[in-house]
Amino acid sequence: MFENFDLQKAIFGRLTLESLPFHEPILVVTFLGVLIGGAAVVGAITYFKLWGYLWHEWFTSVDHKRIGVMYIVLGLVMLLRGFADAIMMRAQQAIAFNGSEGYLPAHHFDQIFTAHGVIMIFFVAMPLVTGLMNFVVPLQIGARDVAFPFLNNFSFWMTVSGAVLVMASLFVGEFARTGWLAYPPLSNYAYSPDVGVDYYIWALQIAGVGTLLSGVNLIATIVKMRAPGMSLMKMPIFTWTSLCTNILIVAAFPVLTGVLVLLSLDRYVGMNFFTNDFGGNPMMYVNLIWIWGHPEVYILVLPAFGVFSEVTATFSGKRLFGYTSMVYATVVITILSYLVWLHHFFTMGSGASVNSFFGITTMIISIPTGAKLFNWLFTMYRGRIRFEVPMMWTVAFMLTFVIGGMTGVLLAVPPADFVLHNSLFLIAHFHNVIIGGVVFGMFAGITYWFPKAMGFKLDPFWGKMSFWFWVVGFYFAFMPLYVLGLMGITRRLRVFDDPSLQIWFIIAAFGAFLIALGIGSFLVQIVVSIKNREKLRDTTGDPWNARTLEWSTSSPPPVYNFAFTPVVYDHDAWWDMKAHGYKRPLSGFKPIHMPKNTGAGIILAGLALVTGFALIWYIWWLAAVGFIALIATAIGHTFNYNRSFNIPTQQIAETELERTQLLQSAGA
Amino acid sequence: MTAITAGASAARAGAAKEEPVFYVADEHEHADGGSTLLGFWLYLMSDCLVFAVLFATYGVLGGSFAAGPSPKDLFDLPLVALNTSMLLFSSITYGFAVLEMQKNRVQPMLMWLVITGLFGAAFLGIELYEFTHMILEGATPQRSAFLSSFFTLVGTHGLHVTFGIIWMITLITQVRMFGLTDANKRRLLCLSMFWHFLDVVWIGVFTFVYLMGVLR
Amino acid sequence: MSTKAHTGHGDGGHDDHGHDSGHPESTFKGYMTGFVLSVILTAIPFWLVMSGTLGSNQATAVAILIIGAVQIVVHMIYFLHMTPSSEGGWTLMALIFTVVMVVITLTGSLWVMYHLNTNMMPMDPSQLP
Repeated sequence: MFENFDLQKAIFGRLTLESLPFHEPILVVTFLGVLIGGAAVVGAITYFKLWGYLWHEWFTSVDHKRIGVMYIVLGLVMLLRGFADAIMMRAQQAIAFNGSEGYLPAHHFDQIFTAHGVIMIFFVAMPLVTGLMNFVVPLQIGARDVAFPFLNNFSFWMTVSGAVLVMASLFVGEFARTGWLAYPPLSNYAYSPDVGVDYYIWALQIAGVGTLLSGVNLIATIVKMRAPGMSLMKMPIFTWTSLCTNILIVAAFPVLTGVLVLLSLDRYVGMNFFTNDFGGNPMMYVNLIWIWGHPEVYILVLPAFGVFSEVTATFSGKRLFGYTSMVYATVVITILSYLVWLHHFFTMGSGASVNSFFGITTMIISIPTGAKLFNWLFTMYRGRIRFEVPMMWTVAFMLTFVIGGMTGVLLAVPPADFVLHNSLFLIAHFHNVIIGGVVFGMFAGITYWFPKAMGFKLDPFWGKMSFWFWVVGFYFAFMPLYVLGLMGITRRLRVFDDPSLQIWFIIAAFGAFLIALGIGSFLVQIVVSIKNREKLRDTTGDPWNARTLEWSTSSPPPVYNFAFTPVVYDHDAWWDMKAHGYKRPLSGFKPIHMPKNTGAGIILAGLALVTGFALIWYIWWLAAVGFIALIATAIGHTFNYNRSFNIPTQQIAETELERTQLLQSAGA
Repeated sequence: MTAITAGASAARAGAAKEEPVFYVADEHEHADGGSTLLGFWLYLMSDCLVFAVLFATYGVLGGSFAAGPSPKDLFDLPLVALNTSMLLFSSITYGFAVLEMQKNRVQPMLMWLVITGLFGAAFLGIELYEFTHMILEGATPQRSAFLSSFFTLVGTHGLHVTFGIIWMITLITQVRMFGLTDANKRRLLCLSMFWHFLDVVWIGVFTFVYLMGVLR
Repeated sequence: MSTKAHTGHGDGGHDDHGHDSGHPESTFKGYMTGFVLSVILTAIPFWLVMSGTLGSNQATAVAILIIGAVQIVVHMIYFLHMTPSSEGGWTLMALIFTVVMVVITLTGSLWVMYHLNTNMMPMDPSQLP
């Protein structure tokens, strides 16, 4: 039997030198750029001897604040990649007229639109949302860390591993050419035998583990670790929306995991779930993946709603209008988001009864969402509004999101959907809600909590530049797509025949260019703020005169967050404390019990990455070794019972004294 | 600490002039792992939804025989009943282990754990026998959508049992090494939830897949 | 307000009674009751199907589904120690939520796919154009 034994295949699976895309000049140049940039970063870290610092203080950290910051950095880095894909698509579609093929071959273009969707949802929006929740929630509920600090670190690195796999597909092999949800039969082995879909599957599976565990973690944190006095109806709204989002994560992501397992079994073992023959049914995949997919939309947008609630109340200097109705609206959205999934495939042919049920549930969802909008408006009404950058994002959100919401209700009407399904109108709609809702929300949140995380505010001038470029760019980029969609242009087209359409695509490309300036301004903003950090320093810990507990501690907060666990009487706990002339306790500290840092998370995630890579390339021995090592390391980690330590009183006293001096020097 | 909170609340309610206490001055240490059982339960709930997907898939595709064998041709109910009894016995023996754990009796606890593991292994053995038998008859997972969904649903449950047994072996080692510490007790309770949860899933499997399949 | 503030804290992690407050001690009697009940509830459906006592397949199917559901409840109570009070009610709440989600996933998928199949795959020759 050994005559047919192919040594190279046994060792490298289907990974060959031809897998490296030397024939694609765009990729070669990108690769060189990444190589040079990467070498520069690694060189700089080595030169400044930062490896030890990064490893001990960040990579192995179980501090929820650091993990939150790392999530956000991951999200912003991936935003650059996802946006690069976007602007390439816009450029291609703007020039591919009058017989021009544009500059992207079909094979490449198809990977780009898939990668754009996957990256923006899983590796930009999710990390940003998870990062914000990680950073803010424990501080808002007066806790010192999350319920499972090690798991938190592990979740983060699993997300990174998924992101690394997607990035690797750029230079080793290729990414899926199926669209971001990889519908079979196209994504099945018969039509996509290459590694693209396998990259897709394993990137999402590995990152999915991280997302699920961080969901469990944050629910347990919110349920078990609230400060004394903080009953459910005294939780800050952001914590409420986080709780609902994490419930959605825990209830929805297993469905994604399940359906991707079925797809992998089709692809790897030759089973017949979603094939065209032997009784398989591709529509079952569509049905299942949207049972995850629709809640996912709310997983992203609910925390953004939470951010807007906090920002509106703070910058209007008023209590949030209709706190209770806000909570109920959030809960109702959480439940309803499970009852609408079919509106993504009205055209599948389930018939009138099914379509009308899901059409109606979809329209009902707009009611609690509308209630929220009125709550924000009434909070602003007769408030002393300060138009700082977070508030500007919030106002832009309210205007933009309403347009997106209304086009959504249009699409919820099944007969209208039959006309608009898969058209650019749909593309415009969901970008309208995701950019106008999630992205604006994340920028508002990042600007709002940046001083808390870093100890200094972001530079407002460049923040406003970024804001205006983004908002104006958004309208230029997506309003033309509504027009095109109504004219019947479908999504994912690479070349066009009708020259009269070109002007709209050029306007859209111009919008994308403005957004690029917006992203650029954001990066400049960070650099400028770091340079001017002394001038922007927040010595008080409460730079916005805000209302919730996270602002009662210093900026950045000490490792233990609160020297004494706060006691809460109101959902605007810090406002309540300020109103009663709260005096910081200066003595009587006790040792604080904290979890120890550990490298187990990054090692486990690294092994998962190796296993995933091996599975993608059919390197079976490596997959087996990686998986066994993964299990063994996980078991080995459970033998470590010594996971926490006490911060001595002395150290707490010193930290708190520093803060006292800082507050005095600021004259507060 | 609770007394302080209550005191603060009373002060606030009683006399508005008196300043409320905004922090816990006399905080005592609380043990690690207070959230573990809840967290693990939440994980199990998510696992429940993985099974929901597999059940739904079986429900939709379970009738797609593609002119291949149907449940009537394949399922051997006495064997399934035997298998079910293995799992039921393992459940009650795990219960006995928990009872011994509560009494802090290490050796009897370990014995019941070993017995539980053996019942679990017997369950897996019977399941593997059933699978091989079917595959040798030509009823492979690739044969039809029905068989794909059958093997995946039942196999995923079996995979869970396998991990349960691995976990059990790990815990037996840890209890022998470190005794019945609080952490180990917590882990034993988590595994208990996991094990009984697999029972619950199995009720769904034998009812929905095997019994309903034969009726089909 | 004061009492509310205090009760709200009852389920918090800062609870005085430590981590196992919400978990009642298991008893021999509880486990045995659960075991006996579940043996009975397993035996009946197998017997029903294998003997065909009820005559019609549909009646048998309904019967075993109901018995299965009852058995799941038995396991929840006697083996998983589900009580309304464990962890301040959160485990039960999570369970109820999950059951709702499972029901939506299962019945929703079956409903949607059944209608799809009847509409899109006319198997009866008279339905063909």
